[in-house]
Amino acid sequence: MSFLVWSWPSNLLFALGVPTLQETMQLDEAGLVRALQRGDERVFAAAMDLYSGSLLRLAMSFVPSRAVAEEVVQETWMGVLEGIGRFEGRSSFKTWLFRILTNRAKTRGTRERRYEPFGLSGTDSEGDDGPSLEDSLFVTEGSGKGHWADPPQGWEPDTPERALLSKECRMAIETAINALPDTQRQVITLRDVEGVSAEEVCNILSISETNQRVLLHRARTKVRGVLDPYVRGGNT
Amino acid sequence: MDKNFKQQLMGYLLGNFSCKEIAELVTDYLEGSFSLSQRLRFQMHLGLCLACRNYLHQMKYTVATLHQLPSEAVPAHVKEELMKRFRTWKHEQSLPNPSSDSQL
Repeated sequence: MSFLVWSWPSNLLFALGVPTLQETMQLDEAGLVRALQRGDERVFAAAMDLYSGSLLRLAMSFVPSRAVAEEVVQETWMGVLEGIGRFEGRSSFKTWLFRILTNRAKTRGTRERRYEPFGLSGTDSEGDDGPSLEDSLFVTEGSGKGHWADPPQGWEPDTPERALLSKECRMAIETAINALPDTQRQVITLRDVEGVSAEEVCNILSISETNQRVLLHRARTKVRGVLDPYVRGGNT
Repeated sequence: MDKNFKQQLMGYLLGNFSCKEIAELVTDYLEGSFSLSQRLRFQMHLGLCLACRNYLHQMKYTVATLHQLPSEAVPAHVKEELMKRFRTWKHEQSLPNPSSDSQL
């Protein structure tokens, strides 16, 4: 009975044509796509503002310079305009953007001799052998073999906020990401910085699920190592 | 108690994982790619090992930190150029389609 009572307001809203929060979110993306298909300049400018920073970050992992990465972002948006009429919403708009960018960036990266497809480059297929952490971090002999030599300390729950408040720490994280091998950088950028799902990342980068996990683990391990001295003991 | 037995018991209670193995498997755990038995063994180790619990939390905080990184700044001239290209594209879209003209 209580279900019927509580379901009344949403039924009423439905009858009045008021969308639920979930519907509004879906409408937003569908609305964005429709506006772009209509050639709405204000919506294009807003979408560009919203997504170009993410696109630029990903582009920089494929090509050798920021200037080329900026060109790739421009080419991506032109690709969006060319393809928006055929966009069917099978993936999210953002994932679609990343896919267009990746295709364009690979072409540019190959031309600029930076990007090589998986399996062709010794430096890009990194991550399949050896531990991600140095042996020296663990006890190597005796009954404690394999245990931490210097046990990890607890980080405070507000670590992300504190870490990013420190310009020095933020720069250290950015430097660590930039120093990663290309494919690790692409995976960690899409997965952790942009929040794209594992399945979509495999699809965008054309890599296997296992490879994606190995690359992500190695990349996260390196960034964690860089973050540790800044946040250890609550210092930033 | 026999020393070997103690070590075996401790190994069992730690899920038969060393801390080094836990550190290497932490992403597999977070990604949910373990079988149920692996997951239980992993959690048994975490239950007894504060250092590995700390390591797991550090990895989670690393992910959360990365997710909050500010976007790259896109220079104004890139945006201006894009808006110009957008207007050209829109103008071309509004032109009559030559193929449809030829059918008339």
